[in-house]
Amino acid sequence: MFVLVVGGGKVGYYLAKELIESGHEVALMEKDPSRARQIADEIGSIVIGHDGCEGKYLGEAGCNRADVVAAVTGDDEDNLVICQMAKHHFDVPRTIARVNNPKNEELFRHLGVDELISPTRMILGSIEQDIPVHELLHLAALGEGELELIEAHLQSGSPAIGRAPKDLAIPEGCSLFAVIRNGIATPLRPDTIMLEGDKIIAIGKQECSDLLHDQLIGELEAEAAGA
Amino acid sequence: MKIVIVGCGRVGASAAVAYGEAGHEVVILDITTTAFDRLPSSFRGQAIRGDGTDEDVLRRAGTETADVFIALTEGDNRNIMAAQLASEAFSVGKVIAKINDPVRATAYAELGIATLCRTGLMMDAIDAYLGLPPSALPGMLAPTGHHDAVAHARSAAGSPAATAPAVTQEV
Repeated sequence: MFVLVVGGGKVGYYLAKELIESGHEVALMEKDPSRARQIADEIGSIVIGHDGCEGKYLGEAGCNRADVVAAVTGDDEDNLVICQMAKHHFDVPRTIARVNNPKNEELFRHLGVDELISPTRMILGSIEQDIPVHELLHLAALGEGELELIEAHLQSGSPAIGRAPKDLAIPEGCSLFAVIRNGIATPLRPDTIMLEGDKIIAIGKQECSDLLHDQLIGELEAEAAGA
Repeated sequence: MKIVIVGCGRVGASAAVAYGEAGHEVVILDITTTAFDRLPSSFRGQAIRGDGTDEDVLRRAGTETADVFIALTEGDNRNIMAAQLASEAFSVGKVIAKINDPVRATAYAELGIATLCRTGLMMDAIDAYLGLPPSALPGMLAPTGHHDAVAHARSAAGSPAATAPAVTQEV
């Protein structure tokens, strides 16, 4: 496979190195000449010391015959443009972008970038799994982003404690379907009594979020409501 | 018309002042407040400090209700990303991005944004003065296509079919 890596920072450097070791053909583009020379000294003459955002240099780097283009610079706008140019101008079948601002993910996807890697999102996800949260935790977006998989951690003060789903005003288009208690997941039945410490897994439309919050966590706090 | 301009350089500031004086509602963004020193005290539009490639900042600038969006920063890619946010996330009707790389300027006109390539504009101006045939480089390009996935967003944009005044050129 021919992989064109754009951006010679830490990520690009180790990526290129690993790919070469796996036997792939690799070209690495890095616009800073001294950084480009430094990498070339270490891993050989696969480095192109030009700006991978510039159409002319992408062409010269063989972008039109690349199987994969990985845009891993530190700037989202550069990564977006590299992938779009690769996709639309050079017909590259697979484009991968590093995304720093998680808010850009939707736009990137919408504009045709095939795969997104967001270090910020990954670290955020990892932290949110470990610290106690009082809010609803949005686990994943499903079905074109219209539905969300949500986790609610029932803590003291939650109006749901001691009650069953059938006693709650669950918003239309929303389903509470599982409970995690003591690390074990079981289906949540309409008459299952919910306990403090339970994690309730729900699926529903994004708009249901606030109502669900009222039912499972408690009335929206002033700080959240004021945001 | 409501016009959002990203980048308060010489061109951005000139455009903001000219459109403001012509009675349009103007919002201009820049990441540095010192850039706003280019605006005269008589400027009546809004000047907001912020990154034009950040969706939240663009929302704060009222991009949702803008008729025209012009990205004029010194970075081609920042302009491209800001312009695409304006057209895709905020459905702005007329979106212009300054893209100095002729290859990218042509490519993005095909992807649905009007592009302004200083390289081509200057070459054409020089050639015209010297009486030489114009270069083959792109100057101001109208969008010739649109991004595949956005046909629906575009038709729902609903902005008035006002013609954008010519952008102030500076050489």
